[in-house]
Amino acid sequence: MRYLPASNEDINKMLAAVGAGEVRDLFASIPEPLRLNEPLAIPKAVSELKLKDRFITRSYKNASLTCRPSFLGAGAYNHFSPSPVDQLLLRSEFYTAYTPYQPEMAQGTLQAIFEFQTMMADLTGMDVSNASLYDGASATPEAALMAHRIHKGTKILVARSLHPAYREVLKTYLRHLALTVEELPFGKDGRLDLGALKAATTPDACVVLVGQPNFFGVVEDIKAVAEVLPPGPKKPLLCAVVSEALSLALLEPPGACGADIVAGEARSFGLPLGYGGPYLGFITTKQAHIRQLPGRICGETVDAEGRRGFVLTLTTREQHIRREKATSNICTNEGLCMLAATIYLALMGRKGLVDLAKLNLSKAEYLKGTLGKRGIRPLFSGPTFNEFAVRLKTPVKTANGTLFKHHIHGGYDLGRDYPELQGACLLCATEAVTKEACTAVADILGGPQ
Amino acid sequence: MSRFIEEKLLFEKDHPGRIGVSLPENDVPAAEPEKFLGALARKAPLARLPEMSEVDVVRHFTRLSTYNYAVDYGLYPLGSCTMKYNPKLNEEVCRLEGFVNLHPMQEEATVQGALELLFSLQEALCAISGMDACTLQPAAGAQGEFTGMQIIRAHFDDTKDPRKVVLIPDSAHGTNPATSHMAGYGVEEIKSGADGCVDVAALRERVVKGDVAAIMLTVPNTLGIFEKNIAEVCAVLHEKGGQVYIDGANLNALMGITRPGDWGADVMHINLHKTFSTPHGGGGPGAGPVVCKAHLEPFLPKPVLVKEGDSYQWDYDRPKSMGKVLGFNGNFLVLVRALCYIESLGGEGLKRASELAVLNANYLRARLLPLLKLGFDGPTLHEVVFCDKDLPNGVTTMDLAKRLIDYGFHPPTVYFPLIVHGAIMIEPTETEPIEEMDRFVDAVQAILREARESPDLVKSAPHEASRRRLDEVAAARSPRTVYKERG
Repeated sequence: MRYLPASNEDINKMLAAVGAGEVRDLFASIPEPLRLNEPLAIPKAVSELKLKDRFITRSYKNASLTCRPSFLGAGAYNHFSPSPVDQLLLRSEFYTAYTPYQPEMAQGTLQAIFEFQTMMADLTGMDVSNASLYDGASATPEAALMAHRIHKGTKILVARSLHPAYREVLKTYLRHLALTVEELPFGKDGRLDLGALKAATTPDACVVLVGQPNFFGVVEDIKAVAEVLPPGPKKPLLCAVVSEALSLALLEPPGACGADIVAGEARSFGLPLGYGGPYLGFITTKQAHIRQLPGRICGETVDAEGRRGFVLTLTTREQHIRREKATSNICTNEGLCMLAATIYLALMGRKGLVDLAKLNLSKAEYLKGTLGKRGIRPLFSGPTFNEFAVRLKTPVKTANGTLFKHHIHGGYDLGRDYPELQGACLLCATEAVTKEACTAVADILGGPQ
Repeated sequence: MSRFIEEKLLFEKDHPGRIGVSLPENDVPAAEPEKFLGALARKAPLARLPEMSEVDVVRHFTRLSTYNYAVDYGLYPLGSCTMKYNPKLNEEVCRLEGFVNLHPMQEEATVQGALELLFSLQEALCAISGMDACTLQPAAGAQGEFTGMQIIRAHFDDTKDPRKVVLIPDSAHGTNPATSHMAGYGVEEIKSGADGCVDVAALRERVVKGDVAAIMLTVPNTLGIFEKNIAEVCAVLHEKGGQVYIDGANLNALMGITRPGDWGADVMHINLHKTFSTPHGGGGPGAGPVVCKAHLEPFLPKPVLVKEGDSYQWDYDRPKSMGKVLGFNGNFLVLVRALCYIESLGGEGLKRASELAVLNANYLRARLLPLLKLGFDGPTLHEVVFCDKDLPNGVTTMDLAKRLIDYGFHPPTVYFPLIVHGAIMIEPTETEPIEEMDRFVDAVQAILREARESPDLVKSAPHEASRRRLDEVAAARSPRTVYKERG
């Protein structure tokens, strides 16, 4: 076996050093009745060539987004990733390294984390960031729990227009803690109903979680949300949850609009869709709350010769020191995904990222306009970035079936999560779709103009 | 002159006018943000995104990479981390276009190959653990623990049996108590016996009260010792209706040799980035699937993968489910790598891997025994823990660790488990050749000689890394966690 270097001679040499007759003797501490007396029910090893063919065959059984235009977003947006991102991830020094617990021999990873934290804080308009969380969905309860630690209130307010999976994960995380989750309705413009928010904001409310853009693709007015919250010591924290990090390039950052925490998903920064993972959760906040952040944080320091260097810091928040009193149980995070995003953002630069975001806005507006000419109009009046909801003339499933016959992946059926939105479909247009594909979708869904 | 090129931060390399990307052409009318977004359009500049060419960016990160140590350089003996070799084939197959370019919400009919792959992995993990059902959703070990504890919680809620306490040995990883707390349980620590194992008599006394929901055990434990009374521990818990949670962090010692399901365990998580060779990536991503017995199956996270005839589907209709821990379907591209590893080795090969992992660890133990003192006596499996007793001239475990860097090794896990003074926890894994382990023993021997003859050399290590010893205390005192220009 090519991953197991021990030859028979090595094995004998090692057994002699250990003082054991055979390998079996090393397992004497496992009681005999607990031993497995049959082979594992796992197929026999196959050669590299055969195995590769098997995986290629499995991959061919999927109708991927390659050469099939996709209008599916719903929290996972189809973006182009420049070649250097994945090529650099393949450097062994990055991907076969462990968490940087020995900083002197992990400065590469640590400097990249520091750079990531700086860019994420800047993009979200915040002071500080952690080194990543699992994904946008699990970043949501981490943000809620953080707000609870800061504010102490036990009521979590969450916009019903936040991603359904994020809300489900939020409820799962909070289920057995003495906290309540209250969902807030959306208005005709698709935005958080500010009247309902005002009524729900009692002194025990510790946080308001709002999608930005929300699940319908609608851009919330975070400043207006912040202004509704009653000033004073009982004011709940405001958390913007971002599923499409690219939108940050065009939108006024939540931190500049009164948000206290920004959490979400940064997979759009250079990572593949990958059937759902691994993705890249993030969380940023104001300096005052840094000690309540979950997960790893990298900080600047100096070495014995006074040279700048980086270490994991504020580790007394974390599970390996604080155990049950830790700010979270998270240990392994999404390190390599964070590195991908850092490389991606460096390649894009301030101009590239803004231009790409404008391109997304342009495509989506073009699609919106083209559908509109065929009588398919946006469901909500609020502004959108690269995704918007429409009501189709046929059931979404039927429409998607027709689109797929034309080798197009259709949108997301909103009726799955919102009973009142039966027949409504969420359509996303990124830089990856062409004008031609947009026109084709409009023709198929609305009939030729 | 240092062999490392000093690389500045991205923000110090900002070179206005450069660009590192070629964006897709715009074939539609350009939409102006101000027109469509009005007052919501960004006014703040993106001050911290640098302008660099592709060459600048590639050199930057390539230079950073030279500051890292990695498994592909050599022995990475972090105890309980299982830093085994990451096969190259895995990196190739997980990049196949038909996996990478799949949207998580695609119709099931269009992702049958992916679902078949996931189903095969679930079956393999059940076979290895001796369990009945599996979820691949959790993104890492700690999230697997959380999922497992919530499954237990849902089970007790279903039977209207509120229990308050989870028992955790003092040798456990910190995620165990942190996780139990997040699942709403109180945590009680149980002391390890003199043999490093759970004291069954004391356990029985505690469990008899009937308020214990579960025990969380790592087997073999973090001392590398197999819980010889594990079957009895399971029986004690079950007698009073409690559940047994196994932390699978150390499964690499057990594949094909013994199975938690056969001991009587109810639920466990498995770290694919440990036992199943998926890369650690400098801190993730991992994957932490959870396997359980049939009585806990109704409580698995939603959705559950089902096979009907030859086709696979996600079942969302799971009224008793504990909920959902991740937005989509788990860390799929990590799961692809893990299955590729399992199918590369096959059942026999996996067993061989565990056998050789244990042989390697015992070889290192035997060779180091004349040099260092054991934390606990007694037989160990895939890892061994030494203590700092006998380190001369005030040289500490940390000093030894830092000096190993100069000899070209990643240090072992240090100061963990907490029950061993100045713990030095070593896990070589099965992928280390004997000559690499010999080189490590030689290094430890040389460092101990230095510690006796010129201790300052050891105490001031490392000398050969890209940085000398870093001041972690100063970093925490006044945290600087983002870049700011020096005024």
